Amino acid sequence: MTSRRRFIALAAGAFAAGKARAQLDPNIAAKRRAALDAALRKVTGGAPVRPGKVKLEVPPLVDNGNAVPVTVTVDSPMTQAEHVKAIHLFTEKNPQPYVLSAQLGPRAGRARLATRARIADSGKVIAIAELADGSYWSHEVSVIVTLSACLEDGLI
Amino acid sequence: MARVAVTVPASAKRGEVIEIKTLAEHAMENGFRRTQTGELIPRDIITQFSCSYNGVEVFRAELHPAVAANPLITFTTVATESGTLEFKWTGDNGYVATHSAKIAVA
Repeated sequence: MTSRRRFIALAAGAFAAGKARAQLDPNIAAKRRAALDAALRKVTGGAPVRPGKVKLEVPPLVDNGNAVPVTVTVDSPMTQAEHVKAIHLFTEKNPQPYVLSAQLGPRAGRARLATRARIADSGKVIAIAELADGSYWSHEVSVIVTLSACLEDGLI
Repeated sequence: MARVAVTVPASAKRGEVIEIKTLAEHAMENGFRRTQTGELIPRDIITQFSCSYNGVEVFRAELHPAVAANPLITFTTVATESGTLEFKWTGDNGYVATHSAKIAVA
């Protein structure tokens, strides 16, 4: 006959084994947020990021997350004294927050960058521009993704 | 040799802002996918892209696995003088692709 103590031990063991086999990390959302915060800190060095100046264009409804057209335009005269030094792109829900970092200067003429990104899940896309005077500006857009970029695991 | 496609206007006025579109043929394997037997497919992506205008670097980008396959990068530069634009992509497993385009500035 199974004693109560033995039953509890068995149940606990079964629960632990089941958990080990589970695909998803229960803290995945918190980990993603921490990874995004760390990535933003790495770019800005802790400097404040203000909303404005940057315009991020992403389709609000993405039917295929494997190739999402993304355009970033920054309002800047692009002169020697006042220009955009770098444009950084991040996503909130990808396994890694980084998408692309571009270094440009007054020779760009216009602060405009376009590329295609992979987006794994509905969430925010963030563009950050670093200006020559050391200030950071950002724009966030929320997108809905119906077909996620190829990922078998790690999705929320 | 990896295939690339670049569009640069053949001629431009001095001081004109020109748009350059670049595309490199690359699967950009993100390193998060698995095979049918469950093994992780190793990451194989383009990590760096740069463009220099007559030897001076005017644009540089760092790419991460979240850039779509066959990365398309569109950017602008000021047509300062006639010459060549050199494009270079480098990536994992020794991937290197280069391309050059001529521009006549009047």
